Amino acid sequence: MQGTGRTFLIGLGVVLAGVLLASLRVNPYLYFAGYVILQYIVIATAWNILGGYAGYVNFGTPAFFALGAYTAVYLIQSMRAPLPVLILAGGLVSALLGLGIGYLTLRLRGVFFSIATLALSIVLQTMIINWEYVGGSRGISVIRPSSPPFGNYVTFLFTVMVLLAVIAVTAARFIERSWVGRGLAALRDNEEAAECMGVPTLRLKLFATTVSGFLLGVAGAPFPYYVTFVEPNSAFNLDYAVNALAMPMIGGTTSWIGPVIGAVLLGSAQQLATVTISSEMNLFIVGIVLVAFVVLAPEGILGLVRRLRSR
Amino acid sequence: MFAWDLLANAVVAGLLLGGVYAAVSLGVSVIFGLLDIANIAQPAFLILGAYAAYVMYNAFGLDPILSGLLFTPVFYLVGAAVYRVYYGSFERRGEESLRGLVFFFGILFIIEVSLSLKFGVDYRLVQSGYVGKSIEVGGIGIAYRLLVPCLVGLAMTLALHLFLARTFYGRAIMAVSQDRLALRLMGANPVKIKTVAFGIGIAAASLAGALLITITPVIPSTDRDYIGRMFAITVLGGMGSIGGTLVAAIILGIAESLMSTFFGPSWAQAVSFGVLLAALAVRPAGLFGR
Amino acid sequence: MRQPWSRSIVRAVLVGALSVVVLLASAGTFVAQAADPIKIGFGMALTGGLSANGKPALLAVQIWKDDINKKGGLLGRPIDLVFYDDQTNPATVPGIYTKLLDVDKVNLIISGYGTNLIAPLLPIAMERKLTLMGMFGLANNEKYQYPNYFQIQPAGPDPQISTAIGFFELAAKQNPKPQTVALVGADAEYPQNALVGARELVKKFGFKTVYDKTYPPNTVDYTPIVRAIKATNADIVFVASYPPDSVGMLRAAHEVGLQPKIFGGGMVGLMFTTFLTSLGPMLNGVVNYDFWAPEPVFLAMPGIKEFLKEYQARAEKAGVDPLGYYLPPYSYALMQVLGQAVEGTKGLDQQKIADYIRANEFSTIVGKIKFGKNGEWATGRTLMVQYQKIQGTSIEQFRGPGKKVVLWPDEFKSGTIIYPYASALK
Repeated sequence: MQGTGRTFLIGLGVVLAGVLLASLRVNPYLYFAGYVILQYIVIATAWNILGGYAGYVNFGTPAFFALGAYTAVYLIQSMRAPLPVLILAGGLVSALLGLGIGYLTLRLRGVFFSIATLALSIVLQTMIINWEYVGGSRGISVIRPSSPPFGNYVTFLFTVMVLLAVIAVTAARFIERSWVGRGLAALRDNEEAAECMGVPTLRLKLFATTVSGFLLGVAGAPFPYYVTFVEPNSAFNLDYAVNALAMPMIGGTTSWIGPVIGAVLLGSAQQLATVTISSEMNLFIVGIVLVAFVVLAPEGILGLVRRLRSR
Repeated sequence: MFAWDLLANAVVAGLLLGGVYAAVSLGVSVIFGLLDIANIAQPAFLILGAYAAYVMYNAFGLDPILSGLLFTPVFYLVGAAVYRVYYGSFERRGEESLRGLVFFFGILFIIEVSLSLKFGVDYRLVQSGYVGKSIEVGGIGIAYRLLVPCLVGLAMTLALHLFLARTFYGRAIMAVSQDRLALRLMGANPVKIKTVAFGIGIAAASLAGALLITITPVIPSTDRDYIGRMFAITVLGGMGSIGGTLVAAIILGIAESLMSTFFGPSWAQAVSFGVLLAALAVRPAGLFGR
Repeated sequence: MRQPWSRSIVRAVLVGALSVVVLLASAGTFVAQAADPIKIGFGMALTGGLSANGKPALLAVQIWKDDINKKGGLLGRPIDLVFYDDQTNPATVPGIYTKLLDVDKVNLIISGYGTNLIAPLLPIAMERKLTLMGMFGLANNEKYQYPNYFQIQPAGPDPQISTAIGFFELAAKQNPKPQTVALVGADAEYPQNALVGARELVKKFGFKTVYDKTYPPNTVDYTPIVRAIKATNADIVFVASYPPDSVGMLRAAHEVGLQPKIFGGGMVGLMFTTFLTSLGPMLNGVVNYDFWAPEPVFLAMPGIKEFLKEYQARAEKAGVDPLGYYLPPYSYALMQVLGQAVEGTKGLDQQKIADYIRANEFSTIVGKIKFGKNGEWATGRTLMVQYQKIQGTSIEQFRGPGKKVVLWPDEFKSGTIIYPYASALK
């Protein structure tokens, strides 16, 4: 595919832009807010691989995200592992979780998978609460490494997150355009028919849950260094579940661009709202927008744009 | 020396809790079990019912269970309206799974946040006349705070079961869950019947919410504790079986109670959901499912 | 297979993202500027689990601001408060405080309410060498030992035992000395901390533990737990709980007929007005921790009566606890300390302010405060109170002294303990 070389260049360009932005040391607030938005790009993209491409709704995003974060906490506490190790380990552990939960439930109908993911968050949270080594219910303080690149650790994390976002989006795009993506689309539209046509549905589903889990874990792994204090309630926060759902739905679930649009729009709006109006209205608005989109514009912004263009 | 009286008390407490859990899960049992609509927003309606009872208690001193009953028609209408939107937007187009789930999730959030905005996050509770008292039956203490809601829950379950088995609409609901086409051929309108069923499911939430606030204080985010419980009970009991829901609710109640008493309460909830996951893996049809 | 529209979409997204970035970066500059005010910035739990205490704290801080501005401000400049809702979510703290410092350009910061919200703030304060006043957090500074951190919670030099010390001291003083202890609490931050301290004290006073378990915070029914405790026949029952479980445990205790010799300890929430008026006489006999009580020794402190009058006048409209007999006086005192330090150093130099706070004793509406090791109070003052002779559920009985009697420490004692617990229930 001649497009691959071009994709690589675009991705590289974005990462370099991120590094440039970091080295300019503009207002630090930009890096803090930007980190959260980029994190959501990864989360939304990861969710969409399973939700948008395969049609399986994951309500347990917090479980995967928090598992990535707590894997990182464990490695930081035990051996002060460097950031790349944390990210890889966080991703792998969450990937395993995705594989496991997929294996348990994906032979059933989609809605059972969704319910299982709801239960998953609670079970995992209970396990973490009872694990004193990573802080248990009291939470744990994490000290950032000293002398980071760009002078400020969060600025560094910002560039790392740019890289992770590019990787996630590239992976999603690659999946979407490959035979895997076509297979997932087939099973999303009609699983029985796809099976009859010889699509290896179970393996594809397991692939999707594993990759989705991996990326969610990767998004969670730098979180301890960003926030410096990790405790179960905020790591397993239901906001991650809602946003992971709302961002792809609002942006559009059929393409890799949808989650990015949704994450940028909704994420920025929420960051802005946090430092302007009351946050409760923030959540209220997310709910209303979500329902409005789902009822009126089920294909999200992408769908709206497509409709506009085809007129 | 095994603590038999402790065991007996734990089992009885679990039974009582189970009766309430059954009431709480009836809505999902009808809407998800029979209509196959994954209404994730049901816990929000439950909490809405709890707050309605709280408001009436505060303003008029009305016993919450009475308020719950009073609000049932209101909730029924709300449920019917919600179903119509759901039907128009999703079912008719055949796109129910992904978007329907997300739709209900959005509704859950809207209700929860609206309650937060209106009532704030202070815990609201209700001290009905009988809270704080208990009776002793053969060495086992039974708190009225649990007994009365449990009995009401059992009554609700029985009433729903009779409704589904004996009345026209009830049987039509059972029929529509089994074979929509056949029902159509028999001249009944499946959409109307599903509207009735959905309305009943939401109405059940009104009364169940009143029972809930009698037992324990609530805040708007209490709904999240019940999402899992409701669906776990419905799935464990078997989709489409009201009796199964009751049995599963009692099992869950006793499991939580035994866990609390003997092994420490930390694991009680997780074990319940572990059971759900295992059930889904081993026998997804549930105990009494078709 | 490139779709023709995708390129323009990508362009649109990039433009959109860029504009959002520009918007964010400039978001703070649209704040109106008054006559060169001193800006004090903070996050506060206005929504989420801790908002029941966060909102009254905010009200107290606002009352302080109004009082100070009426007298001409600090250093002749008016005070401006810049605050955002942290949603009881520690993950918002880095972003909020970076905005406050780098965009809103506040002169001073204070913390939000609660241990979990102070924790992510300490590294930021340390990195930027800021003085940080902490609004109710337990042992936040033990790991960092940052010298410019000061905590308004009167826990004292050993925060972890601060909740339970009075409880167990009172128990140990009784004659005959009780022997056995049951410890129970929620799987959450504050209760776990309190239980760690309790276990230390149990060892120190030579009691025997016969029950030591925790429960998940969203437990619905506490009867099995309470029954298990009753079966152990413990003399002392120490409960560390948050508001919903405090209510649940208390009700279950009454239903099951749990009557140890002394009951209570670290039950958050019992002192909230909404629970005082709904639980009423069920509270009688409970010996619980507290920070403030409407007893003569506290009502005599300078300025407290005026503060409470102002607070209670504004409370209903603000939708917060109507009496304010728990944290609000301390939130006000926190600002008094900061304000007096600014005036005392005649400037806004962070290090000078910190040095001043460390070196001086302050006179506030909750009495004299002196800070010691790790920024905690030099002498701990977590009270042990007992609810006595509550009748019915009217709010009026709780306005004045007599229903929540201070038992410990001795300097603030205002009544005698009714022991054993069962005698208070009659």
